[in-house]
Amino acid sequence: MKCEELLRMLNEYVDGTVDPAICEEFEKHMAGCDPCQVVVDNIRKTITLYKNGQPYELPVAFRSKLHATLREKWKEKHPIK
Amino acid sequence: MINQMPPVLSDGELVLRAKAGDLDAFDALTTRHERRVYSLAMRMLRQEQDAEDVTQQTFLSVVEHLDRFRGESSLSTWLLRIATYAALKIIRKRKGLDIVSLEEATEPSDHSDTIPHPEFIADWRQSPEQLVETREIRRLLDEALTQLDEKHRLVFLLRDVEGLSIKETAAALGLSEANTKMRLLRARLQLREQLTQTLGDPATQLIRSHNHPR
Ligand SMILES: [Zn+2]
Repeated sequence: MKCEELLRMLNEYVDGTVDPAICEEFEKHMAGCDPCQVVVDNIRKTITLYKNGQPYELPVAFRSKLHATLREKWKEKHPIK
Repeated sequence: MINQMPPVLSDGELVLRAKAGDLDAFDALTTRHERRVYSLAMRMLRQEQDAEDVTQQTFLSVVEHLDRFRGESSLSTWLLRIATYAALKIIRKRKGLDIVSLEEATEPSDHSDTIPHPEFIADWRQSPEQLVETREIRRLLDEALTQLDEKHRLVFLLRDVEGLSIKETAAALGLSEANTKMRLLRARLQLREQLTQTLGDPATQLIRSHNHPR
């Protein structure tokens, strides 16, 4: 496996969906290639960092308006008999 | 009326109650998922007013179509799909594209065989766990995302930030799975490059030789 081929399989490897035979080759290459090893490690960390990112908070005024609008719409859709 | 609903009801149970017309259950679902929907919209559109519109449209659409939700996907995936669709409409309007899909609107280079090669390769000085969510880190992450082309950013947001599968991401964006994977790879590589410029330790920098023996 060449560095270029490893790059192509990066998604599958990092996501754990790579074919076991290819996985073995992938890891063999990494064991002998520091740059690829570091790139894979960087990629994993990049994903983790984004995955753990804090969500945006709804602006308070918007949130109350949203819930009021939804409640109104809900009552139109489900009129009390 | 006092809301006596215990806080631990699953989405599935709340959906059942909401389908039966229980407004409190619907309200609880909204409260549980609104930040995720709003955050996705903010990251996709980077504009508060538009993100609010998308959030409102998404939940209005739930009021209207909840009976169509059959639970084949999780509720949050379903919501994110609705929100993505609404956000894409805004993106297209911004670009003046009416009917053209995201796939059609992209240049052919997406299908080309070239993958950007990593340039700055170095260990990070800190682990993601140590890089606690400071304002600085958040700005760094947002800025790196902003540098991405829209088509790459959208795929990354849905797949890696929101945790959708490749298949779900492709479906939400109206892309083929092959194209989705290629965009994801480019996005990941580009973000890695950007973040490593800042977070990498220059002392550990590695130079990739041009003629690697393997
Ligand atoms: Zn290599």
